[in-house]
Amino acid sequence: MEQHSDTFLANASKALKNSGQAERRDKIGLLAPQIRAAAIHSFDGFDELRQHVKEVRQHSLNNLDYYLSQFEKEAVQNGNQVHFARDSEEFNSLILDICQQHDARRIAKGKSMVTEETGLNSFLQGAGLNVRETDLGEYIVQQAGETPSHIVRPALHKSANDIRELFQQKHDLGARKLDKTSDLVVEARNVLRKDFLQAEVGVIGANALIAENGYSMLVTNEGNGDLCANLPKVLIVCTTIDRVLPRAEDASAMSRLLARSATGQPQSCYTSFYSGPRREGDIDGPLETHFVLLDNERSNILSSDYREILECIRCAACLDHCPIYTSVGGHAYGSIYPGPIGSVLTPLLTSLEQSHLLPNACTSCGRCAEVCPADIPLPDLLRDLRHEEGIKKLSPQRWRYGLKLHAWLARHPPLYQTLTAIGIRILHRLGRKRGRFSRLPFADGWTSQRDFPAPQENTFMQLYKAKMKQNNER
Amino acid sequence: MNEQHQDQAPPPQRMRVSLFVTCLADLFRPSVAFASIKLLEQAGCEVTVPLQQTCCGQPAYNSGDYESTVPLAQQVIALLETADYVVVPSGSCAGMICHHYPKLLQGEWRDRALKLAAKTFELTIFLKDIARIKPQFDAPPSTLSVTYHDNCAALRELNIKEQPRQLLQQLCGIKVNELQQSEVCCGFGGTFCAKMPEISGKMTDDKLNHVIATGAKILTGGDLGCLLNIAGRAQRQGKEIEVRHVAELLCGDMDTSPIGEGR
Repeated sequence: MEQHSDTFLANASKALKNSGQAERRDKIGLLAPQIRAAAIHSFDGFDELRQHVKEVRQHSLNNLDYYLSQFEKEAVQNGNQVHFARDSEEFNSLILDICQQHDARRIAKGKSMVTEETGLNSFLQGAGLNVRETDLGEYIVQQAGETPSHIVRPALHKSANDIRELFQQKHDLGARKLDKTSDLVVEARNVLRKDFLQAEVGVIGANALIAENGYSMLVTNEGNGDLCANLPKVLIVCTTIDRVLPRAEDASAMSRLLARSATGQPQSCYTSFYSGPRREGDIDGPLETHFVLLDNERSNILSSDYREILECIRCAACLDHCPIYTSVGGHAYGSIYPGPIGSVLTPLLTSLEQSHLLPNACTSCGRCAEVCPADIPLPDLLRDLRHEEGIKKLSPQRWRYGLKLHAWLARHPPLYQTLTAIGIRILHRLGRKRGRFSRLPFADGWTSQRDFPAPQENTFMQLYKAKMKQNNER
Repeated sequence: MNEQHQDQAPPPQRMRVSLFVTCLADLFRPSVAFASIKLLEQAGCEVTVPLQQTCCGQPAYNSGDYESTVPLAQQVIALLETADYVVVPSGSCAGMICHHYPKLLQGEWRDRALKLAAKTFELTIFLKDIARIKPQFDAPPSTLSVTYHDNCAALRELNIKEQPRQLLQQLCGIKVNELQQSEVCCGFGGTFCAKMPEISGKMTDDKLNHVIATGAKILTGGDLGCLLNIAGRAQRQGKEIEVRHVAELLCGDMDTSPIGEGR
């Protein structure tokens, strides 16, 4: 997985200076929570459903081998071919092999975070194939040569104007009016229609795999997934091994949480179940179908203390509700999984060495855990990663030693109280007139952005002890 | 945790309360602790301050240094567990004791942490729901124009929202002028604000914009961490707003300078 999370602070700094994008992110931070809250408010029993789905997900993950085998058996029986890929390399090669077996040159792709994770597009393009993203957001991002900045809304960082300029430049369609947002949508639809019809292979993702019948479920709002699945001769469904659920009703229960949490809809516009290749008598559908199921560290995560992160249903509510995500945007994280979920997942999928800053991009405000439809304790997992960061000595030395010194002092109350009394007295003397400091040695992190309030004259403990003494003498 | 107490029988005549001052109030704003004592006494409590207290361990804990936090948590538990009630004038420190000590500790210490958690309360929820401080029905409408910042731990770990507002209304006649986006973090986050200052500064600016938009002259709240951060940023940005802890407002202490203002 390609990433540049080690430069998170510089990426964030750059993002904060882009005022146009910052304004749009502020708007998302304001609107998305309101839209979600309205959807949940009008749905009786969200919390009960959340609890139910969590139990189902836990059960599935506890019995992952059983349900994966059942899924494989059922899917093969339906005429599918099922492949397991250990890592990105195996995953990409498997898909290239399938394409080459069919002499395919053109691939129509639906939205799939898993293929973003493995870098499938550039791999296939490197082998001379033409890959077309067909989800509108993904299409825009692909045309711009960028990566998604949000799990559900990939082109969130682009304004209508950015997209207008991009289309003028990339679509050779002469002079035309693209004033309205709907003009842009219509143009993308027309351009993409040709790609759907010409593609020899369709690649889509899956929101769930259903063990009892070997089906996969996909939710979209544009219907592009269904065109990718039904028009080309060959269909490849890409997902990870942790997506399997026991029953069809479990997938439908999950989809009710997903749509409300992701976009505030009671149900996405298209919810499709894919069973396998065209059967005799079917009027359309692919002739050959494959499932490619990626592990890429999931087995290891399953046996670690972070296993709850596998219960994520990829709704991105934690992004929309995270004040750090809405401040700096997805690209700053340097990983295709940004926000709270990404700050847990990225170090687990790659290495903490490369991405230890991400778990620090958190104030423990708890809003992500509050809205997470999978009830994942994200702030706890992020803090556990910071724990590991400390053990591996990846955090700055002065922070580690500073905090240890503070904790040690706090365990020696008489010494702590004597030293703080002296320190506070000095700080008070220096700062009493103005009431604050613009600069303080050892506190540059604080004073780079804000004044440091000067303390009142004495510590409480000093004052309180003096008062008690006075009372006793009386 | 706190809700279960609301249904209990009326409290005994004189409740014995141990005040956990918190390190920020101890070091930067003793007036918060004195105001808390005054309010608790006004509510009919007998207040003691265990003298061996220092810090609850949040800085190390939030940075993931569990090894340093464990002995500190044990020290706090041993110090406070004999009290009838423990009151803390900070949502995040109360949240640390109530929610994080039991997660951090194991075995016998976990049981002791749970027992302490059951009798530990943030100041405003304790005054309102446990000690049931008497409303001043004749409190005239206040001329102070006040807005309230909800601390994230108070809001999401302790379910505190209405209690401080009701207290301000009932004890001081103050009607809170509500902030937009009041459930969004102010950018403090303990060490976060110093580790990622630029992002934190942007978050605090967002909060300040909402504060200024209310037209209020005073910003108050239940957690000194947030208040020191917001006051410091307001002063750096030249925004005029007086920042005071809710305990100070509730006991009518307007003589103490606002946070970060000289005399």
